Amino acid sequence: MSAAEKRRVVITGIGVVAPNGVGVPAYEEALRAGRSGLKTQESMIEAKFGCTVAGSPEGVDELCEKTFGEDELLAMNMNHRYASLAALEAWQDAGLERPAHDSEEVDWDTGAIVGTGIGGMDTIAGKVVPLTDAKKIRRMGSTSVEQVMASGISARLSGQLALGNQVTTNSSACSTGTEALVMGMERIRAGLADRMLCGGAEAASHYIWSGFDAMRVLNRGSNDEPEKASRPLSASAGGFIPGSGAGVVLLESLESALARGAHIRAELAGGGVNCGGHRMGGSMTAPNPTSVQRCISEALADSGIDPSDVDAINGHLTATGADPKEVGSWARALGRGPGELPPITSTKSMIGHGLGAAGGLESVASILMVEKGFVHPSINCEDVHPEIEPHAASIPHEMLERPDLDVLVKAGFGFGDVNACLVFKRYRA
Amino acid sequence: MEQSEVMERVVKILTPWVKDEGALASVGMETNILEDLKVNSARLVDVVIAFEDDFDIEIADEDVDQVNTVGDAVNLISGKL
Repeated sequence: MSAAEKRRVVITGIGVVAPNGVGVPAYEEALRAGRSGLKTQESMIEAKFGCTVAGSPEGVDELCEKTFGEDELLAMNMNHRYASLAALEAWQDAGLERPAHDSEEVDWDTGAIVGTGIGGMDTIAGKVVPLTDAKKIRRMGSTSVEQVMASGISARLSGQLALGNQVTTNSSACSTGTEALVMGMERIRAGLADRMLCGGAEAASHYIWSGFDAMRVLNRGSNDEPEKASRPLSASAGGFIPGSGAGVVLLESLESALARGAHIRAELAGGGVNCGGHRMGGSMTAPNPTSVQRCISEALADSGIDPSDVDAINGHLTATGADPKEVGSWARALGRGPGELPPITSTKSMIGHGLGAAGGLESVASILMVEKGFVHPSINCEDVHPEIEPHAASIPHEMLERPDLDVLVKAGFGFGDVNACLVFKRYRA
Repeated sequence: MEQSEVMERVVKILTPWVKDEGALASVGMETNILEDLKVNSARLVDVVIAFEDDFDIEIADEDVDQVNTVGDAVNLISGKL
């Protein structure tokens, strides 16, 4: 099927809970200003982490208490809280009404694919393991299963918003949120749903981050300067900084959006997912560069957009040794030589690596950039990595106003050698 | 402890889980916890834990099975104080 024959999918709502901004207006302002949300974490110092910096959204519990019922909150761990706030914001941004909890109406045409990379680790570490080990099984109460089951976050949204279409949680490590949007787009294109809430969430928990610290993939060299600790694209990149939060997008068929008179923020013109098969340089923890390039190329082909028409890139770009390889893959996939890449930026430079939330958080940033015509800065890379130096002119150190920005490509890659790529386009009737 | 005080505390503990707030306004000893107050049956285990913590008592699983109304809970708790 050619791109022109595919059912068009647009974005009518966005919601975000990020370390540098809770809610879209605060997030957009922080992105434009190049403001980091990364801070020293007492939990990491106490547990003697090598890296003691992370990104954790602020004011979430207070906001949840104003937004959700007391009984519901008793069963909502951090993952649920982040996802629920972001999804509700996206829902209301799309002009949809929040259903009453005692209403018997179900929205059969709307579903959710909201993923997580690790899941309810705060519940597992804080409740399930200690109470089980203490032989106090009863004391767990009724709410532990729904908080640790992977599908808990999307199931929670179904209850809050009376969603009656497919409701599931995908998981593909750090490409989770990006993959969720591809899956939702495919479902709408196939005519199986009119609207899909898609994105990802990850809790802020040192129990999630400890395994990465043990792998020595977190930056240990910037503990005294937390806002400078996430350094994608730089020569001084010494590993990523863990982040957390949620980003959720309401994808909608163009017909449905037009029929409702909804405000259309952007179009999701295409996307794709693949896996490197742990071959050709790929492994459980490293991406196969050929598969990365293929994923980008296939997403562009899916969208019907020529690689030469890409105006901006929001990369995966975590601040590990994979950054130079990723930039090389972008250059090859877009057929651009040194000095020819469009602006390439890393949202992670400000919010850290949100793991399963990263794709959702960064898609919200990407949609804002396409809709409003700007490219947010990629901070902390004044010292561009020598292997990236040929493309140094494409890295925005300050925000770029780009009113003519038409096409932005966003990719996310994950452990397991998995890749996902999205092509966002300015909406035109 | 007076039964009225036990009743007051039981209702306060149940309140977060009550889905029919109208029924809560006219709550009495005969009010059925699941059918009238519309408390989700899965949450009864959380309610029982809250009873145990609030009254500093232990409630056996077989006793829980006998609790249908607010009065059943009040009587069960009063018997353990």
